Amino acid sequence: MRHRGRVLAALAVMLAVAVVTPHTTPFLLLLVTRILILAILAMSLDLLLGFTGIASLGHAAFLGLGAYLTAILAVRYNFGLGWDFGLVILFGSLLGAATAAVFGLFALRASGVYFLMITLALSQCVWGLAYRWDTLTGGDNGLNLPGRPVLGPIQLGDDTAYFYLVLAFFALSLLVLYVLVESPFGRSLVGIREHEVRMRILGYNTWLHKYIAFVISGAFGGLAGVLWAQVSGQVSPDNVTLTTSVDALLMVVLGGPGTLLGGVLGAAIVLFLREYLSTLVPWWQYVLGSVYVLTIVYLPDGVLGTLRRRRRRARAAPALGLALQPSRGKELKINEGGIE
Amino acid sequence: MDAKFWLLQAFNGISYGALLFLLGSGLSLIFGVMRIVNLAHGSYFLLGSYVGLTVIWTTGSWLLAIPVAALAIAVLGLMMERVFLRAVGSDPLRQVLLTFGFALLFQQAALDIWGGNNLELSPPAVLMQSIVVAGLHLPVYRIFMLALAIAIGLALWLGLDRTRAGATVRATVDDAQMARGVGIDTSRVSMLIFGLGALLAGLGGVIGGAFLGVYPGLDFDILPLAFAVVIIGGMGSLGGAAIGAVVVGLIDNFGKVLFPQISYFTLYAPLVLLLAVRPTGLFGRE
Repeated sequence: MRHRGRVLAALAVMLAVAVVTPHTTPFLLLLVTRILILAILAMSLDLLLGFTGIASLGHAAFLGLGAYLTAILAVRYNFGLGWDFGLVILFGSLLGAATAAVFGLFALRASGVYFLMITLALSQCVWGLAYRWDTLTGGDNGLNLPGRPVLGPIQLGDDTAYFYLVLAFFALSLLVLYVLVESPFGRSLVGIREHEVRMRILGYNTWLHKYIAFVISGAFGGLAGVLWAQVSGQVSPDNVTLTTSVDALLMVVLGGPGTLLGGVLGAAIVLFLREYLSTLVPWWQYVLGSVYVLTIVYLPDGVLGTLRRRRRRARAAPALGLALQPSRGKELKINEGGIE
Repeated sequence: MDAKFWLLQAFNGISYGALLFLLGSGLSLIFGVMRIVNLAHGSYFLLGSYVGLTVIWTTGSWLLAIPVAALAIAVLGLMMERVFLRAVGSDPLRQVLLTFGFALLFQQAALDIWGGNNLELSPPAVLMQSIVVAGLHLPVYRIFMLALAIAIGLALWLGLDRTRAGATVRATVDDAQMARGVGIDTSRVSMLIFGLGALLAGLGGVIGGAFLGVYPGLDFDILPLAFAVVIIGGMGSLGGAAIGAVVVGLIDNFGKVLFPQISYFTLYAPLVLLLAVRPTGLFGRE
């Protein structure tokens, strides 16, 4: 296995979080739970942005779909309050995937700034329905869930139990996405990011690669939505706004695109500011706005990306006798093959 | 639903489109010249409303509020362009995040200065009446908005199409590299166009404030509509922005009246189709 050290470090951190978090304050426990959920969203976006090189300005749509599905099933059909919550999680992911499968048909016709625009328009469609179709979605007020599911003896209403459930799904998502990006399929996504035309000339169906990545990304977005609805106990059109989509982008870019775990770090920073600092000081949005601006101006590769580049440069410089700046293209190994 | 209803709703939609034109034309010009996706454009609109309010509160003059707010926002836009956007380069993702960061900063500043209440920006009483045209009661203010947008649209068109300065702008839109090659200072053109776009948005803020109310969050409420205008018309096309604004105004208005439950869906779904079929919009060039 490549990156053995990195995998072990990630496992150690996760174990520490699993052990320590329930013994901190109830507020912190919920905050970490939220961070883990949005980290799933950020990692799913990273699959597109960091690995495939396509920036979506509408990822909140998938979060919203999963969240609204959960709320509508619970409020209107009393479904998903017991063991059938497992089905809700499945349906939420499938809804995310299915919607992405439809959205992708339109969105992937565009690229660059037009991809940003079309994904924005697509997510605004979802937002419009959430905001206006009030007989189904509760309109501007959103929906309040009746309380978290009860799984036999396990009360998910207990924040600690719910934290462990979320942590389990986070770990599962991280594992699946890690295996995916390390697979030949994932390497071809990186190839598309670096040079799509070259990949096409090599015989890869780049559209299909991007489409599959988009669908998988949508599935994890839907999963995050289901978990998010239950942690908040309510859903509202705010979950689907442009702000949420841009926040998700910032999480990825701030943490480091193409690192998966960067999204976790980004989610932690953004949620810390939005949910914790906002309770302390009225001017917290100056900090969040500055984080946006400073990230773009000073940290174009994000925290993890910058660290990784420094380390690589430090390693490369003595060997080569010059400070070669390794481009991201150095990671590219096209001849590893891919699905065709 | 008789003919009167359709006429009145069409008028409402078109006059709302006039407001959207003020907002969208600037965004479109900015994109056309600089290729910058500006998520702070809605903030210019909101800040324009707020500055206009302050001018009205201190001087009592609504007429004065319009140029002062427009110029103040233009200066703000110029500074933002000079100091930050210059450095960000051509990656649309970075532009999106940077300008969104500014939108958050502006939102917080507006909250600190003007508070979180829903404020009213009332135009002079003369404009608050309505007149009867062919049996329809038309609010004078909407007629004024429409007239103003047409006047500004014509002025912009003349400026861009008939003057030397306009020719340099068009040259920069078409091929910035070639424009630089023949001696056009494209950097100055970019700066001025960004200022002009901000000016139009600030102006729209004063005009629209009477119409939509002035409240925190208006910036992000109006921003997607501005993008809808630009997407339909094609980025960088003034005529496109005009048509896009009317189309968005009409769809928005008729959608809300005829099928309120899916009204925003009926606005954005056609946008998706348009982008998928013709990403450059109806009149954009690539």
